[in-house]
Amino acid sequence: MTVRTTKPRKRVKVSDAVRHTAVITRRNTLRVVRLPQLLLFSTIQPVMFLLLFNYVFGGAISLGGPGTPTLDQDYINWLIPGILVQTAVFGATATALGLTEDLGAGVIDRFRSLPMARSAVLAGRTFADLVRNSFVNVLMLVVGFMMGWRFEQGALKMLLGVSLALLFGYAFSWVMATIGLLAKTPEAAQAAGFLPIFPLVFASSVFVPTQTMPEWLQVFAENQPISVLADTVRSLMVPEEFLGVLGYDQGQLILQSLLWIAIIIAVFAPLAVRQYRRSVG
Amino acid sequence: MQAVEATDIVKTFGDVVALDGVSLEFEEGIVYGLLGPNGAGKTTLIRVLTTLLKPDSGTATVAGVDAINDPVGVRTKIGLAGQFAAVDEFLTGRENVEMVGQLYNLSKEEASSRADDVLERINLIDAADRPVRTYSGGMRRRLDLAASMVGRPEVLFLDEPTTGIDPGSRLDLWDLIEELVEGGTTLLLTTQYLDEADRLADRIGVIDHGKLIDEGTSDELKDRTGGSVVEVHVAEQDRSTAASALTPVAGGELITEGQAFMIPAGRGAETLTDAVRALDDVGVKAQDIGLRRPTLDDVFLTLTGHRAQEDSEPDAEPARRGRR
Repeated sequence: MTVRTTKPRKRVKVSDAVRHTAVITRRNTLRVVRLPQLLLFSTIQPVMFLLLFNYVFGGAISLGGPGTPTLDQDYINWLIPGILVQTAVFGATATALGLTEDLGAGVIDRFRSLPMARSAVLAGRTFADLVRNSFVNVLMLVVGFMMGWRFEQGALKMLLGVSLALLFGYAFSWVMATIGLLAKTPEAAQAAGFLPIFPLVFASSVFVPTQTMPEWLQVFAENQPISVLADTVRSLMVPEEFLGVLGYDQGQLILQSLLWIAIIIAVFAPLAVRQYRRSVG
Repeated sequence: MQAVEATDIVKTFGDVVALDGVSLEFEEGIVYGLLGPNGAGKTTLIRVLTTLLKPDSGTATVAGVDAINDPVGVRTKIGLAGQFAAVDEFLTGRENVEMVGQLYNLSKEEASSRADDVLERINLIDAADRPVRTYSGGMRRRLDLAASMVGRPEVLFLDEPTTGIDPGSRLDLWDLIEELVEGGTTLLLTTQYLDEADRLADRIGVIDHGKLIDEGTSDELKDRTGGSVVEVHVAEQDRSTAASALTPVAGGELITEGQAFMIPAGRGAETLTDAVRALDDVGVKAQDIGLRRPTLDDVFLTLTGHRAQEDSEPDAEPARRGRR
């Protein structure tokens, strides 16, 4: 195709892109606020997980076995850090759903016909999901507190832990954005989104120590990002004297967590943007 | 300046040729109607012109800007209302329009005052602060239209603006579009309804199988199809008498269509007078007689060999997934 370019092509200014992202974030967040059912059901599920795991499995898990470092009867203190990560990751599936719904309703076409930054649609979606995830995680902490969870290393470290879990959920939103854009319909996105999530969340240190798993699974479970995140958040909340028993090197873990978050965003943000360009023609 | 100038646009999806070398040009200030059946390539052409889709080949400028190489430049000058009302259920009408205004890089205040302005024009000002989920289908389409206008586009694209809404809302929407046009908005609209193109468009392009097969004003298209006919209905017992009386008027070319006789009206009203006189002479009373201009449906049939709303056509545009 031969083309004459008469005028320089127009680009979206960075300051505008930031503003557009804020507009889209607000729009997506309003949707959650205006539809309380959506928020209700997206919070009931994690709370249910919390209750079920603590009261149904907790007793059995706390018994431990030889060589399984648990927190003596205090399963809730093992569980909360893990479940914060799990909730953030499950919450990220909303990114896939939201995008496919917008795609189907023609909203994305409208956005693409506007002189707005392409990235704002995806960034606004992932930020809105971060906002919602933050709300849910705070609620989890409140419920957890009532169930006996305590943070033992000060509020600052606790907040750092929660932030890392949320940041990881944010990174996972980009994975879900990619999957959603590949899946195209909300139904397929829902199903496809949970495919990587289930093995990652359950074959991890989120709910139980990895030591009882078969060796081949241990290798996977101990090195995959969700375990790293769960261990990091846990290392920031349990009494300091437990760190040795659990084999946690806090500084090392924080570093690894940040690295995983960075890697996931670096790989999946461009993939999602590329898929976004493709799936809308 | 030309509002749209497209040359030899080709777009294929796999084996399906959606646009097969379409060239289209029209000036500012008019309503251009793109008429064609489902799958003719109308939506694909709109998507190319609104920079949603890159064509395989061809060139296009919209409002003087290169649509293929400067998409962002084009987007600042256009508005698009797609086939489905792309409005947000959970926002109010006003919030929807303001949001789009802000995405056109208007300041908050400007977006808000313009939102008021377009909502007023589109008769939604009273419902502006209600969430859209309480709106009827027709109201949603109007809101979608309002959103597409908030950036004061130089060229407005409406893809099948009245598809899927009830007849009453359709008439309302036509009135609204006519008012818009009186305000000088340049408009490209696609439709599969001939009456819609007839009523709204200054110029009509007929598109079929990814090709623009004819173009002109509604009158020009009708004339090209062979002009007017005199249509005569008589009682059953009078049919043979009437036929022999009318044959000379028709110059030997009397056409029978169902219960009616058709006489090519080369001389317009004069042919009609002749027909009335001929029937009078043999003492036959016509049940109905009149001069009929060909409809765009006739035009379409003549040009394409099939009716405009035939659904047996293979869909040239792959079904867009997730659409309702």
